[in-house]
Amino acid sequence: MSELDPNDARAHGSGRSARIADPASLNAAARRVLGMVLRYWYVIRSSWPRTAELIYWPLVQMLMWGFLQSYLAERSGFAANAAGLFIGGVLLWDILVRSQLGFAVAFLEEVWSRNLGHLMMSPLRPNELVISLILVSLLKLGVAMVPVALLAYLFFGFNLLSLGLAFAAFFANLVIMSWSLGLVSTGAVIRWGMGAESFAWLVVFALMPLCCVYYPVSTLPGWMHPLAYALPPTYVFEGLRALVLHQTFEAGLMARALALNVVYFVLALGVFHHFLRSARINGSLVQMGE
Amino acid sequence: MNSTKLAAGKSKSEQRLNVVDGSEAPPVRVRNLYKVYDEVMAVAGISFELKPRSITALLGGNGAGKTTTIAMLMGLVIPTSGDVRVLGADMARDRHKVLHRMNFESPYADVPHRLTVRQNLEVFGRLYGLIDLAGRIGEVAGELQLGEFLERPYGKLSAGQKTRVSLAKALINDPELLLLDEPTASLDPDTADWVRTQLRRYCDVRGATIVLASHNMAEVERLADRVIMLEKGRIVADETPAELIARFGRDTLEEVFLDIARGSQAEEARAPEDTDERA
Repeated sequence: MSELDPNDARAHGSGRSARIADPASLNAAARRVLGMVLRYWYVIRSSWPRTAELIYWPLVQMLMWGFLQSYLAERSGFAANAAGLFIGGVLLWDILVRSQLGFAVAFLEEVWSRNLGHLMMSPLRPNELVISLILVSLLKLGVAMVPVALLAYLFFGFNLLSLGLAFAAFFANLVIMSWSLGLVSTGAVIRWGMGAESFAWLVVFALMPLCCVYYPVSTLPGWMHPLAYALPPTYVFEGLRALVLHQTFEAGLMARALALNVVYFVLALGVFHHFLRSARINGSLVQMGE
Repeated sequence: MNSTKLAAGKSKSEQRLNVVDGSEAPPVRVRNLYKVYDEVMAVAGISFELKPRSITALLGGNGAGKTTTIAMLMGLVIPTSGDVRVLGADMARDRHKVLHRMNFESPYADVPHRLTVRQNLEVFGRLYGLIDLAGRIGEVAGELQLGEFLERPYGKLSAGQKTRVSLAKALINDPELLLLDEPTASLDPDTADWVRTQLRRYCDVRGATIVLASHNMAEVERLADRVIMLEKGRIVADETPAELIARFGRDTLEEVFLDIARGSQAEEARAPEDTDERA
């Protein structure tokens, strides 16, 4: 009985039939997050084309860069010594992209299905929505990247897990950055409606040249270096190159990336809440449902 | 209001959020509410209180302020000024204290199409914190006759079946306050009649308070205990359907609505100050 909401008439024998957990309890919060994760899991499960779509682009990218690397390795000593540089780069880049899209598209599905009003009117709290989207991004990432990583091993002998602890550091820094981008892009959709949808799809690709996925930061003009080093993924790809070319794990790079990620995530969460409040002031939450 | 906070030493029933100074606060209390979008006044200083176990209709033409008012009751829109309290909670600041005790249905909001009816009810049941989820889904499915299509995707249902599912979603948490926007829009007369019967029954049996926005005057005449008519964001009438019809000397609520919308009735018949006072 203690988990029932003490403010609720149902908890006091008013004849109502639904028993409801105290909405402020951890138990109720966990139910809400689980409900949202289930909602997205049911969508993934119900449609094999959607599942195939999750795998399609990472697979195409991996095959293209894998074959390019095989071709270059036959003709260049550098490429032969740097086996895994391109294919590792593309797999890590796809972790960033798929995780950000997994977060943002899950939210966009609520807008497309005109369900956002129901969610915003439900006891689901904004931070619980964020946690749900984070969990869903990981779920979608797993669906997309596990088969592709396995195929990279089968086709090109590249084992992502052979990077060991470095892979864990790369993965953590990339997904945290993807959530920050997801928070800002979904916040923009909440604030400006579907006019901001393309921002949610494209924002991550704007970072690609500066993140130096396939080339070192030194390739960029000097004035671009501070911009590149302001982005956590840059440290991940520099770290990958250090690992593949020199067999050294640069823990300092990962620590700097993590510090930047913490700052960006806190800022992005603040921006998301700001946009949500702003949407409640200008009425865009209501207009989005119509 | 500080008096709405839970107070130590009071009995459990008195500790309910909407108990204020020993007496139960109205399910909805709106005071001097304004909403301005840019330079457009959507709601212009309305005040009203709703009684428990009642059905109130918000009427008005397009742009009268109905949707904005309902959105402020739900806490989806923050007022420019004024106060909205639902079940004792300030909806601009503390909406999460009471959202599990209310629900809404609108033809402008859908549930996910790919999910089956059962999956949708399961998801919303979890969002509303239901403890006996399977039991409640079975109960609602029985009441609203959803059994035969519980396992079908929502997107593959007919309009009437979808409305029943939306109603089930709106009733899944057994809400004390139910907000409905055009609950029978696009339904055939038989299904619309069935929905009205369900709503009246829910109000009577469960003791719930219902607010509905509708353009269907016959529906309002049949369902509503009270009509609040809005025009340009102001309350221009607030009484029972029968009183309203009598005051305007008309036969139906639709004729009264047209009178007000077209501004053809005598100014003294409107008496907005009087109706505001009554609210």
